[in-house]
Amino acid sequence: MSVVRIEGVSKRFGNVTALEDIDVSIAEGEFVSLIGPSGCGKSTLLRIIGDLIQPTDGNIVVNGKPARKARIDRDYGIVFQDPVLYDWRTVAKNVALPLEMARWSRQKRAARVREMLELVELTGFEDHRPWQLSGGMQQRVSIARALSFDPALLLMDEPFGALDEMTRERLNMEVLRIWEQSGSTIVFVTHSIAEAVFLSTRVVVMSARPGRITSVIPIDLPQPRTASTREEPRFFELVTQVREALHLGSDLDRTAPAPETQEATA
Amino acid sequence: MSAIAIERPRERATSVRRGIGRGALFLLVLATLWGMWEGYRALWIHEHWTWPFVVDNTTMPHLHDIVHALFRPARFQGPLLISVLLKAAAFTAKEAAIGFAMGAAAGFALGVVLAHFRVLQRGFLPYVVASQTVPILVVAPMVVIYLGSKGVPGWFSVSVIAAYLTFFPVTINTIRGMQSADRRALELMRSYAAGRWRILWKLRFPAALPFIFAALKVSATASIVGAVIGELPSSIQDGLGGQILNYSQYYTTQPTGLWATNVIAALLGISFFLAVLIAEKIVVRRAPENLV
Repeated sequence: MSVVRIEGVSKRFGNVTALEDIDVSIAEGEFVSLIGPSGCGKSTLLRIIGDLIQPTDGNIVVNGKPARKARIDRDYGIVFQDPVLYDWRTVAKNVALPLEMARWSRQKRAARVREMLELVELTGFEDHRPWQLSGGMQQRVSIARALSFDPALLLMDEPFGALDEMTRERLNMEVLRIWEQSGSTIVFVTHSIAEAVFLSTRVVVMSARPGRITSVIPIDLPQPRTASTREEPRFFELVTQVREALHLGSDLDRTAPAPETQEATA
Repeated sequence: MSAIAIERPRERATSVRRGIGRGALFLLVLATLWGMWEGYRALWIHEHWTWPFVVDNTTMPHLHDIVHALFRPARFQGPLLISVLLKAAAFTAKEAAIGFAMGAAAGFALGVVLAHFRVLQRGFLPYVVASQTVPILVVAPMVVIYLGSKGVPGWFSVSVIAAYLTFFPVTINTIRGMQSADRRALELMRSYAAGRWRILWKLRFPAALPFIFAALKVSATASIVGAVIGELPSSIQDGLGGQILNYSQYYTTQPTGLWATNVIAALLGISFFLAVLIAEKIVVRRAPENLV
């Protein structure tokens, strides 16, 4: 069964077409990256899946239900580029926030928070304030928070975009480990080609103005991925393939007729 | 595992040293102000300058005379002036504290409502602002007479007047604070299917707290002013307002009495301010750079 099914989705902001005719289906347990130049609508698409933005046209099915129903049932967790932790809460209380929303009992919350902090290797930091942690640690807290209520789907919007390269690579490994342990489905927005290839089972390449899917590239690197995966010839081949797909998309973008002309010829 | 940026708890020795430093600074500023007062006084008297006003023992008594007056009987064979004034201050403090609590609660409630309904905000905010441009001396007798006719005790009318001066900054800053929540933090709450009410209590209200406390600091001192002014038209003798009225009648013969009353009123205002400051330190936990 597909966890996410996107059928003919378009999104217009006024006269600007952010997304045009998007079709994707994501199966259970997949790790799918959305990659593209800035302005290609990848973050918008992620928010449409999460029912944080409504599409102008098209149909979204998450976990077999309409996106709105899936949001209300808390079927997904979301991680943003910034950790978006609440300053006034301790690390443990930040992780417990969605559990409070779902009205879990105090004991169940405490037990789950302990488990989640262990998962992201932050045991011992329960009572720290977010601003006492480094950027990478804050983002791990935000991942723990997104996973705490065991959602079927994890949406990640450039989660490591603001971190340095070394921290990013270490967190990539952690996300893969968490993905394997939790068995959840992940939709991951990034603009790093290497990151997309390293993490994903499939890479969806998008182009800008209007946001469109130009190609879908299956990543057949062996599982589980390790640090040496980044040094395999196949890894470089796939990176090249994604890069070329991206450039093809941006070339199309450059030669594409202006929207008005397109309408006139249609 | 990783290099971690953790702020160490401040060591005891440094915090003690900081305390001593602050105390020394306070004394230094106090001594400087004292010196400026006395220096100005001495210079103007010596040079016989008359601008902007003639300086003598009535317009600018010696500060030590003011302090001295506090420790002399207020009346022949009566209690010391300081005990009379402290009793009056306690009475005014009660009025002001109750007014402050009512005003802060009403101001907060109004702010929450106006922050949530833009239409109401557009319609009502001008009147909220206008309410503060009406001189309190005009409003005070109306409140006292109206509430008095309903059998409400006079000191409570004074509290209402203090509340009138208190609510406004709280309302304005609550509106601002409620709208200060981060856009993604709101998206996060939506992703948890949180309703308006839970977004209010779990996100908007905590995000607004630094703004609300900034307003409470202003309101705390305003509530004292409101209480003192409220006492004047309501013929309440027991508070600082009554004492100010009393000593202003003796000003030409005994100016230190009025000055001493001013000092006590100022100390009361400062103690209200400090109480709010301490509450803020306990309640608001924010990254140092995010404090208002």
